[in-house]
Amino acid sequence: MSESYTPQELMVAVAAREIRDGDVVFVGMRLPILAYAVARNSHAPEARGLFEVGLMRDQPASAFLGTMGDPPNVAGALWATRMSNAMALMAQGEVDLGFIGGAEVDRFGNLNTSYVGDPRRPEVKLPGSGGGADISILSRRWVTLMSHEPRRLVEKVSFVTSPGYGDGSPGWRKRNGLLGGGPVAIITTLGVLRFPEGGGEAYLASVHPGHTVDEVAAYTGWSLQVSDAVSETSAPTESELASIRRFDPEGFWTRS
Amino acid sequence: MAQAIERFVPDGATIALGLALEPLIPFAAGHEIIRQQRRDLELVGPISDALFDQLIGAGCVRRVTAAWVGNVSEGLGHCYRRACEQEVPHALEVHDHSNFSISLALWAAAWNVPSLPTRTLLGSDILRTNPDLSVADGLVQVKAVRPDVAIVHVQRADELGRAHAWGPLGVSEEAGLASGRIVISCEELVDASVTLSDPNRILFPETKVAAVVPEPGGAHPSPVQGFFKRDHAFHRDYAERSRTVEGFEGWLRQWVLDVPDRAEYLKQIDPDALRIKHHRPSVPADFGDE
Repeated sequence: MSESYTPQELMVAVAAREIRDGDVVFVGMRLPILAYAVARNSHAPEARGLFEVGLMRDQPASAFLGTMGDPPNVAGALWATRMSNAMALMAQGEVDLGFIGGAEVDRFGNLNTSYVGDPRRPEVKLPGSGGGADISILSRRWVTLMSHEPRRLVEKVSFVTSPGYGDGSPGWRKRNGLLGGGPVAIITTLGVLRFPEGGGEAYLASVHPGHTVDEVAAYTGWSLQVSDAVSETSAPTESELASIRRFDPEGFWTRS
Repeated sequence: MAQAIERFVPDGATIALGLALEPLIPFAAGHEIIRQQRRDLELVGPISDALFDQLIGAGCVRRVTAAWVGNVSEGLGHCYRRACEQEVPHALEVHDHSNFSISLALWAAAWNVPSLPTRTLLGSDILRTNPDLSVADGLVQVKAVRPDVAIVHVQRADELGRAHAWGPLGVSEEAGLASGRIVISCEELVDASVTLSDPNRILFPETKVAAVVPEPGGAHPSPVQGFFKRDHAFHRDYAERSRTVEGFEGWLRQWVLDVPDRAEYLKQIDPDALRIKHHRPSVPADFGDE
């Protein structure tokens, strides 16, 4: 490895690799904005980004974005519209991949961004769903990114804001009328967890360079399943890092 | 602005604001509401960046009906947390939505129906805590939310209430149509010949608009396409200072309570550093008719 990188830069590179060429991506905020830019500049030149504020883009914005509604994300857009139009595409199953941030996740990929503790008198009031619940239910597949801590990867989330595979029983999403396919990956600061085809319980698929399976398991709040084929996450390439640093020159998202 | 708030935002009102999500947030109007010490308000909106947090911290709010309350580039809303966790400055009722469901609640009110069905929120615990959401025949029914007034910041408007806004619109249109009346603040007050030259760009029917307030810089620190960039550093400073009650109160004095109006507020920042200088005007549409 010729160059060092931060855990956030690695997460962005891994998230970018989840984007397939031609995907319509519901981008969201923070690291996924950078992941979209990295993917567009490498393996997914035909991807399109959809933003719930009411935007569709092809080229990533030419300047740093603090939010999806910043002026550089509007200039050169393919479509500037109302939110319900962006949601219409997702409701029709036309969003291939969504990104959601989370505060807590459980082994079945259920995400909490609402309340830690009892909702009537919470220990922590989190900001809420935003578009997260919509993405989790309606996009064809989705990915979440979070810091790998036992208080975040928990046995049971206090509140299911954005449903993954529910109680983990086969067919839970279909039985409950959820349109989209569900989560495919949890990208953390220590590794990548994936889900079996058709859903169920997350397993450790790769461990980031410099970390071990035992360490990842110790920082996980449930008894973590580990793939027989568990590997080391590929470090960000020089070109991935160059893209990340071009779109986050001050390290606002990736170095603070 | 003071007059418009005094007249159209009484105590106990349900007000929709911050309707384009991160851009065009009517911070100047929100700060005037705080200065006039409005109480028992219900805030309606999808995200509103830090404005909802400020109104909550200032004690103006009884209920929040929203998808997300915090500080978009910084994370948690500290006043929102204190209100929900410790009832500081007082207890707050929360009606959680997602972005999609708050849009539908406003469309339902706009179309004058009790509710609208959707596939979103199936499987989410939001259904358990918001009494305005129920499940029937495998679909979620989202009850109409009808604000008394929507407050919207736009790039330009004429004095008869024809507002031009551009860039992403979030839920602005449905919120305006759902509301009893609309208060507009604008960067530029323009002649009707400008707004009527492009009727497709007029955001609301003028019959709904109760007031137009010229308020340049009235959305700071949120961005206004063609006018101002987002002030990220200002959001960071707010996030840090609002961590404690004392810090928040100091922030509130500096930026709201000890400032008579937006013109004085803008003297504390450097608007030129945030002003957009590279313009990209669209090509005019031809409305020729014979």
